[in-house]
Amino acid sequence: MQLAFTEQQQAFRKEIREWLAANVPAEPLKTFDTEEGFQQHREWEATLNEGRWGMVTWPEELGGRGCDLIEWLIFEEEYYRAGAPLRVNQNGIFLLGPTLMEYGTDEQKARFLPAMAEGRDIWAQGWSEPNAGSDMAAIRSTARLEGDKYIINGQKTWSTRAVWADWLFGMFRTDPDSQRHRGLTFILVPLNSPGITIRPIPQLDGLPGFAEIFFDNVEVDVSNRLGDEGAGWAVAMATAGFERGLMLRSPARFQETARRLVELYRENEATASADPAIREAVIRAWMDAEAYCLSTYQTACRLSQGGKIGAESSTNKIFWSELDQAMHATAMSILGARAELLPHAPAAQGVGRWLDGWLFSQSGPIYAGTNEIQRNIIAERMLGMPR
Amino acid sequence: MDFTFSEDQLLFQETVRSFLVNEITPERLRAGWDTDTGRDAALWQQLAEMGLTGLTVPEEHDGLGMSALDFVLLAQECGYVALPEPLVNSVLVAVPALVDLGGELAAEWLPKVAAGEARVVAGLEQNLVVEDAHVADLLLLERSGQWFALTPDQFSAERNESIDPGRRLFSVTVTGNAEPVLSGEAGDRLRLASLNRGALGCAAQALGLAQRMIDLSVQYTSERQQFGKPIGSFQAVKHHMANVAVRLEYARAPVARAAYAMDEDAAGASLAVAQAKLAACEAANLAAKNSIQVHGAMGYTWEVDLHIFMKKAWALANTWGDAGYHKQQVASVIFAEGAALGAGSTFR
Repeated sequence: MQLAFTEQQQAFRKEIREWLAANVPAEPLKTFDTEEGFQQHREWEATLNEGRWGMVTWPEELGGRGCDLIEWLIFEEEYYRAGAPLRVNQNGIFLLGPTLMEYGTDEQKARFLPAMAEGRDIWAQGWSEPNAGSDMAAIRSTARLEGDKYIINGQKTWSTRAVWADWLFGMFRTDPDSQRHRGLTFILVPLNSPGITIRPIPQLDGLPGFAEIFFDNVEVDVSNRLGDEGAGWAVAMATAGFERGLMLRSPARFQETARRLVELYRENEATASADPAIREAVIRAWMDAEAYCLSTYQTACRLSQGGKIGAESSTNKIFWSELDQAMHATAMSILGARAELLPHAPAAQGVGRWLDGWLFSQSGPIYAGTNEIQRNIIAERMLGMPR
Repeated sequence: MDFTFSEDQLLFQETVRSFLVNEITPERLRAGWDTDTGRDAALWQQLAEMGLTGLTVPEEHDGLGMSALDFVLLAQECGYVALPEPLVNSVLVAVPALVDLGGELAAEWLPKVAAGEARVVAGLEQNLVVEDAHVADLLLLERSGQWFALTPDQFSAERNESIDPGRRLFSVTVTGNAEPVLSGEAGDRLRLASLNRGALGCAAQALGLAQRMIDLSVQYTSERQQFGKPIGSFQAVKHHMANVAVRLEYARAPVARAAYAMDEDAAGASLAVAQAKLAACEAANLAAKNSIQVHGAMGYTWEVDLHIFMKKAWALANTWGDAGYHKQQVASVIFAEGAALGAGSTFR
């Protein structure tokens, strides 16, 4: 055990820190749940990519830096520390990108990865359907093969950022007689295809952060299939592994929230200390964010030495999502009567982004497999309890 | 950056685990409750032969010269079996204190500890009572930052019964004319280091205890049937245990880091130990709470083994610094003016 960074790692940290200091927009971008903000975030992705910081873990020939997991964690620490914009293309670069590298043909990689890295193609996910939520194997949307085209019919929902996205990846039933996990195929669909209707769904903040998507005889070329026909489930599961989880929600994000929470408490100590539970919650939030960081580094080190990830990785999502919710709940308590006010309200001085974060934290225990599903997985696969 | 244990460390853990699981059965623990001392000289000798009593004894005093980091996984295994012998405190607290005191005292006693011929026990004022004072051949007693090295003729020990029948706790009174062997700033430094080491031992054992309670509960709920099925197949029961698994999983790395800090980063040790002890004891307390729940009425009995581990977990949570003390350690760092917090501040 050696809990210190190598010179090379320190140099890497310095390099990204300096680049971010020179390039992160001084004015925060508008939220990517607005058309204008979406466009701003798309441009930011292009800027990142020009600096070769778009996806540092990707190989160099794809515009990356071939970084390992520890360097990825360092990158994230500096990224969140600098208050850089959220990643509008996270579905693409963090989820689909690695899946393409594993399952894609050379032609598909060349076609999709550079455009993804440059922010030209922003990706949305197409998993959930009205009757396939936690029970994802109940997918009913179909893709019928006719010649060299799939004809897609059906409906997807809860598709984040689909309102302005360019592409969608998801699973469709290619074998009409199949049941459950079998007969599903992973297909990449241009969202400007004829026959697609996108209906925005306003989220808790009133903005169209996700959408439902209707497919009416949508034709997609067979070259847009990722992996074999009928192998969709296995391809999709690859997008849900630990490393993807690590990409999506690395500890830096929560450590920065914890730091801001400590700051908020200190600024408001005169009123907040009236409730001793608040102080306790701040201490716990900071400790849990640190524990998440320590555990992540431990796992990343084990993996980079050839270790295998086990079922214990399913504890990860419960831990960070509950932490995020608890931290924002504590911030709301500290803000007291100001907590409900939107940032531009005259009496809202100093509320910052807490309300937005509080709303978003409500979604954490739900998306990417509800925490109840995660608990079942932990109990059955990690602890070996009976099904 | 390498946050992994070495192959040797993991192998040693395997060896110690299989020895302890075979030897320290719940039946043997129960038999020990009814003996005079509750301690087993033959077992202590076996632990010495495995090198465990001398693990942190320097090589020049016939020990293995190993570190807290080398021992922390073993302490976890001691927790897993609820080992009653005072091995964890001896290796992590008493021996390092003796090394720190140095001189003839260390030269006389350390080889005997390594050989299993003598037991050295450390007792801090903050702990109210002294664990295992009745079997101490040498008691290192701290009072107000002053340290005394006492042989059994120099103190009297009055037993305090614990709800955990495996624990032997004593109120100690110095009877003879004992002069402090260390005091002043050095004495206070040793007091704090010892408290941290004791707390680290509690944290590591708490990880093992939590794991044991999970294992017992998984086994019980897989066998016990109601409504025609094992109760472990019900989500309400599963989720109780999954919640424990989550807290336990995220307590492991803080404990490893605390052990590392104990050896390598004295300035950061109090904070790292506080985080570790709070996280690990919370995991063990949750394991106790949810395990008794899924055991139903059986969990409330003397007959089922669960209470052996539950009671030890409860006790460890409030000794070697209770939660209030350790939270205060964390608070004093994170609420300090100019504290370096946030992303990238964890490893300094």
